[in-house]
Amino acid sequence: MNKPVYGLIAEFENPTALVAAARAAREKGYRRLDAYTPFPIEELTDALHLHHNKLSLIVLMGGILGGIAGYLLQYYVTVIYFPINIAGRPLHSWPSYIIITFEMTILFAAISCVLGLLGLCGLPMPYHPTFNVPRFALASRNRFFLCIEARDPLFDIKQTCAFLETLEPREVSEVAP
Amino acid sequence: MADQEIDPHVASKTIIAPGYTFGTVTDQIATVVLTKRTPAFWFAGLSVGIVLLLVFLSAVGLLFVKGVGIWGLRTPVMWGFAITNFVWWIGIGHAGTLISAILLLLNQRWRNSINRFAEAMTLFAVSCAGMFPILHLGRPWLAYWLFPYPNTMGVQPNFRSPLVWDVFAVSTYATVSLLFWFVGLMPDLATLRDRTHNRVARFAYGILAMGWRGSAKHWSIYETASLLLAGLATPLVLSVHTVVSFDFTIAIVPGWHSTFFPPYFVAGAIYSGFAMVLALAIPLRAVYGLEGLITDKHLENSAKVMLATGLIVGYAYMMEFFSAWYTTNVYEHAAIWNRMTGPYKVAYWSLISCNILAPQFLWFKQIRSKPALLFLSSIVVLIGMWLERYVIIVSSLAQDYLPSSWSIFQATRWDWATYIGTIGLFLFLFFLFIRLLPMISIFEVRTLLPQAKVEEEVGN
Repeated sequence: MNKPVYGLIAEFENPTALVAAARAAREKGYRRLDAYTPFPIEELTDALHLHHNKLSLIVLMGGILGGIAGYLLQYYVTVIYFPINIAGRPLHSWPSYIIITFEMTILFAAISCVLGLLGLCGLPMPYHPTFNVPRFALASRNRFFLCIEARDPLFDIKQTCAFLETLEPREVSEVAP
Repeated sequence: MADQEIDPHVASKTIIAPGYTFGTVTDQIATVVLTKRTPAFWFAGLSVGIVLLLVFLSAVGLLFVKGVGIWGLRTPVMWGFAITNFVWWIGIGHAGTLISAILLLLNQRWRNSINRFAEAMTLFAVSCAGMFPILHLGRPWLAYWLFPYPNTMGVQPNFRSPLVWDVFAVSTYATVSLLFWFVGLMPDLATLRDRTHNRVARFAYGILAMGWRGSAKHWSIYETASLLLAGLATPLVLSVHTVVSFDFTIAIVPGWHSTFFPPYFVAGAIYSGFAMVLALAIPLRAVYGLEGLITDKHLENSAKVMLATGLIVGYAYMMEFFSAWYTTNVYEHAAIWNRMTGPYKVAYWSLISCNILAPQFLWFKQIRSKPALLFLSSIVVLIGMWLERYVIIVSSLAQDYLPSSWSIFQATRWDWATYIGTIGLFLFLFFLFIRLLPMISIFEVRTLLPQAKVEEEVGN
């Protein structure tokens, strides 16, 4: 019985090599893949088929909720809770509500954007198996990593390692769970 | 360091000097934070900040004890320095959001190396701005009354008042700017976490980085989030100074009650904000040797934005007296005439020369390419924009409809102490920021490098 691993990680020198490797791994049939890079790479998003995320929808919902909450707050306060006659204006003076409704829309949308980002990424996550790889610290500097995770159905520590070696990485290492 | 061969003169045409690699970019920016040797410039700057901050705290302490009467606020000029400084500071903040949000949406890649400290500038300028309306309340410890909350007094804010709109606009602006700044910092905090050898620093940066590991899945969501936040911040920043201008235009004071104030204020805000960006960037890049990252091209582009917004502001000044004349309203005529020839004429003509004449020099490339001259012109613009708000607020209030109630505003030493004090607060926060956090966005500068491009194979 082999000791369990999280996956195998290959280190590359430049984004071109990483994107080529990610494409090759997808073609080979691997699906439980992730790449780690020091900056966003658009081609990598294509190579790993990562285009859909729900963030826009979350932000839209947050914005709508904020707008409704902002308007209702003002309506409730000026019409129901604390009605005062100012210069004979109607209690429900909606043109005056526009600014705060707008500000609350932006506020709620921005907060839901950040919470959505963290939620969809599963952050904060102080521990992750990849941090066990000593050279992984360079993923935030100048190295590009491709990780094939052990839960991939095609994953086999020997074959996958051999496959990663064919992609001419700088180094392939096992990731402890 | 490996970047010694980088020639800043070659960099004048590009947004990043040739010769950088992912590693040297990272090291150069991270070293400013992670080094044990702090430059004397930093200690000098922080000391000035602390001294002025103490001035601020004493002025505020006295204000809490004695009340706003220590300022020169006397009927009819009840807004005086406080609101002038509020508008000035919040305007300065606008350039940071313009650079981080609007230029991101417009795909202006040169913004990548100046957005981080410009956003920090926004946050600290908004903090300074927020001080003034609160201190000006008279009973600043009751500032939470500005927000609608269930209370035993059974009263609520009047949502028909632009002053309440301002509370929402400014607090939303501060919150969204902080969120945007933090999201931008996350990958760089991870870099610092991975690069530092200090256990305490690794723990602190590690907590703040939230476990960011540069995963492609995360980057794809992150890019969506940046675009969405930029899209939200863009209308927000335009709305904030619009709402600030509503504080004036919704009132019927002559010289305030006009429809072109919102665009005029927004242009003026960006004008003074870019002046502050230049005033900060020029000394910083010289002291920390960052000429390869904040190149002459950045300074020139900022100078061009300053020139463009300066021309809009100049146009607004002309429209201001044109519309006053065109209304055929005697009070509007008198307000503008008093501004130009009355007791505030020195301030008025100084602001005209600072804001209209001085930027005309920026038409010349020889001047735009000299950092020392740019620094000088940005200081002139900052002074001019302060005078502009002073003249708009004070001269309109001092001489309104009823000559028998006219009175001239005299700033006291506590007015000056509070104003200079917020400059101290700003410097204090800013110097802490450049020591503790990367002042240039490392990951965004990496994307500017030619080797960041993925070379596609033919036929792929």
